[in-house]
Amino acid sequence: MHNKTLAQISQDLQAGEYSSVEVTKHFLDRINTLDGQYNSFITVTEEQALTQAKAADELRAAGNANEWTGVPMAHKDIFCTEGVRTSCASKMLDKFIAPYDSTVADNFNQVGAVSLGKTNMDEFAMGSSSESSFYGAVKNPWNEEHVPGGSSGGSAAAVAARLAPGITATDTGGSIRQPASFCGVTGIKPTYGRVSRFGMISYASSLDQGGPIARTAEDAAMMLNVMAGFDKKDSTSIERDVPDYRADLNKSVKGMTIGLPKEYFSDDLDPAMAQTIQAAIKEYEKMGANLKEISLPNTNLCVPAYYVIAPSECSANLSRMDGVRFGHRCEDPKDIEDLFKRSRSEGFGDEVQRRIMVGSYALSAGFYDAYYKKAQQVRRLIKNDFVAAFNDVDVIMSPVAPSPAFKFGEKSKDPVSMYLEDIYTLSTNLAGLPGMSIPAGMINDLPVGLQLIGNYFDESRLLNCAHQFQNATDWHTKTPTGLK
Amino acid sequence: MEWEVVIGLEIHAQLATKSKIFSGSSTQYGAEANTQANIYDLGLPGVLPVFNEEALRMAVKFGLAIDAEIGMKSVFDRKNYFYPDSPKGYQITQLHEPIVGMGHIDIDMGEGKTRRINVTRAHLEEDAGKSVHEGFDGQSGIDLNRCGTPLIEIVSEPELRSSKEASAYFRKMQSIVTYLGICDGNLSQGSMRCDCNVSLRPKGQEEFGTRTEIKNVNSFKNVERAIEVEIERQMDILEDGGSITQETRLFDADKNETRSMRSKEVANDYRYFPDPDLLPVIIDEEYVEAIRATLPELPEQKKARFEAEHGLSAYNAGVLAASREMADYFEVAAEIAGDYKITANWVMGDLSAALNKNEISITDIPVSAEQLGAILKNVKGSDISNDGAKEVFNAIWSGKGSDVDQLIDQLGLKQVSDTSAIEEVVAQVLADNPKLVEGYLNTPEDKRAKAIGPFIGATRKAAKGVNPQVVMEVLKQKLNELG
Repeated sequence: MHNKTLAQISQDLQAGEYSSVEVTKHFLDRINTLDGQYNSFITVTEEQALTQAKAADELRAAGNANEWTGVPMAHKDIFCTEGVRTSCASKMLDKFIAPYDSTVADNFNQVGAVSLGKTNMDEFAMGSSSESSFYGAVKNPWNEEHVPGGSSGGSAAAVAARLAPGITATDTGGSIRQPASFCGVTGIKPTYGRVSRFGMISYASSLDQGGPIARTAEDAAMMLNVMAGFDKKDSTSIERDVPDYRADLNKSVKGMTIGLPKEYFSDDLDPAMAQTIQAAIKEYEKMGANLKEISLPNTNLCVPAYYVIAPSECSANLSRMDGVRFGHRCEDPKDIEDLFKRSRSEGFGDEVQRRIMVGSYALSAGFYDAYYKKAQQVRRLIKNDFVAAFNDVDVIMSPVAPSPAFKFGEKSKDPVSMYLEDIYTLSTNLAGLPGMSIPAGMINDLPVGLQLIGNYFDESRLLNCAHQFQNATDWHTKTPTGLK
Repeated sequence: MEWEVVIGLEIHAQLATKSKIFSGSSTQYGAEANTQANIYDLGLPGVLPVFNEEALRMAVKFGLAIDAEIGMKSVFDRKNYFYPDSPKGYQITQLHEPIVGMGHIDIDMGEGKTRRINVTRAHLEEDAGKSVHEGFDGQSGIDLNRCGTPLIEIVSEPELRSSKEASAYFRKMQSIVTYLGICDGNLSQGSMRCDCNVSLRPKGQEEFGTRTEIKNVNSFKNVERAIEVEIERQMDILEDGGSITQETRLFDADKNETRSMRSKEVANDYRYFPDPDLLPVIIDEEYVEAIRATLPELPEQKKARFEAEHGLSAYNAGVLAASREMADYFEVAAEIAGDYKITANWVMGDLSAALNKNEISITDIPVSAEQLGAILKNVKGSDISNDGAKEVFNAIWSGKGSDVDQLIDQLGLKQVSDTSAIEEVVAQVLADNPKLVEGYLNTPEDKRAKAIGPFIGATRKAAKGVNPQVVMEVLKQKLNELG
């Protein structure tokens, strides 16, 4: 049952093959038996899930079911869920029970989906390995000595380990795509403003975007149908009709032009990675797509621009965690200054504190122009590169990350090497474009993803390209060794 | 040395929107602590600001009223600082691109004279909550009801040159925002608060001296007092060859002194940057013009109209036009009375004195404009005397009645204006006082006006409620007939 996709489970439920309670119990059992190994969940909401499943079955019996009624899924622990701990994998919010639902969680509730729980991640979504969680590192189901990627490592690992068929995630610099690549699953980061950020705990407001991680493009489309849409509670969400993301899945890619940025395929690219990605792109050629080399000349500026903008925004976004109204508060503060300092020093992990400090520095009087303002100007250049490129091509393809999943501790001691993990993914966040990762090969028995980048609001095309690839290949069906 | 005083004011005015600037909570004053704070006001993780357009409309209205440049694109910034009553750890404000740019107002300098003061800018921002230090056993409580109430911070150019000018400027701003209906102007409830920047420089020097900022002064009187004691303090230091420390100071009204608020004042770095949760606010000419069309008559315009249409003096017109409520009251009463001058004198005289004595504002006055108008109509028609008018006014004030005509009857204030009746009384008075008559007739022509007084008194004593004007005329005529 757990090897079925979301779409299949949805069909089975509609056909009465099994009940929502049955499938929900099945996944809960799997989480309970197997997740000790992977640590992909922070909170399992067993009781609530079974209540939702039971209600879904009743709804179905009454003839009021839709395709989502009773379908199990889960949320990254960055989305506020009413009455359930929403920790962002931080000691700071270990005891924070959200008193409201994020728009994304509410959307899934509205369609009758069943939430199994909240998945693990890098603390406050800051990281590329899911090692910085207060609840311990997440393990990659393909090889437990390796990281699952981050920050949505729990979501990707849980989908890979068949602990849930689809899970929400967020992507600020690659946090959906890189873990999807590392865990051999499918993830899409939509256009900035497509999915409401209301109730999604902010890391870097101008870059954060929610999206799904699932096993197939079709499942991702099905989830995005629920997640996407204008929300008046988020001023940066965009008022624009949401298409049915499954409508275009079966279109042919014949005649489509694929752009290959030369900066992403430079001599620095690991030969094994280059070979794998080239082979995947060959598949598209076989399907009748045209290839075109393009240039994104400001690519080398992405990492520095990102690591000024994201820390700057987070330095302010995380100020509300001050120990006054909610979250961790230090013992016996001697005055208000002491309460602020110790609550924050104790509540935040090292990487979070590092980024708050970097951001505070970049925004300081006298440095603002040199760092923050300059980074915003660079951001415009990066965006212009893509706007120009999309005049000539329909979709851009590249590696997701420089390598397959690395080992624990390999990069966590060296922040800069960790930051370079995001070298291929940051640009789409800076430009606000949609990006996707699909399983496209294996290197040393570890999965590798292909990145698809689309024009603004061209999620349907990305999903179409991904689906066509998945029709032609079987990388997305591969199961981690040791899993049945 | 002769010193020149340089003052700039920053006035915070709470906008009279129903809900907060970035959340749907009510802005009502005086509710139980934290009952008007929702998840946004509490700064919970994941919540996002949604701009209340009503605040924008009010800010633009203010900009138009002070003839300012309107920011067609304005941007919200985050001002970062940690304080328990600032739940997000930053305040949303506008730094580089405010909604209102350079404008100006004319302040009243007395005797109908005005002086133009430039306003640097006015920007939108959110108010903070309140820390409550009493009743928590050594700890502090936080009340977030006020948190997120929309404010405009109005920044003047450093062009004010005395404490009197500063308070006149503050008064004028209060007058403008209340006229516009964008702020209730209530100083005691903190709807308007004022920070005063004060510095001194040798007369003739162009460069500014080091300034201090006196925070949160909450009355017109205290603005004057705070500035005066601060000027004195600075002057003493400078005269002794010392230098002024740039710092924030607090005015202690009881001790009549300012004192340093933060002793370890480290230059605070607010790390401003554009708020990525909010889009820039873009408006167009059409939007601005639609708001301009809703502008009410402003104090300046009203004053000019009172002078031109009703023939009031510049001083009277200025005083009456300073408050929209007072001006409205005056106009309603004068319309009914049929005499603007009599009404102006009354409103500025007896009525204002009664308000001051009872420490209430015009909005709470127990005598309605319609009632005053009816009273003064009787004065105008000589049906009652001015003293009679006072009696009726006081009777209504103290709740002894509400119908003006009835009260005049009850109190027997109706004046006798019938000339033949008065002639009879006068004839009798003259007959009864031959010595007075003789004395009058021996008084030289130019001093007779004064000598007529005793006859008036005697006549009014003999016949209560006679119209003194008619009495005067009859007396003059009769006496002249005699000699």
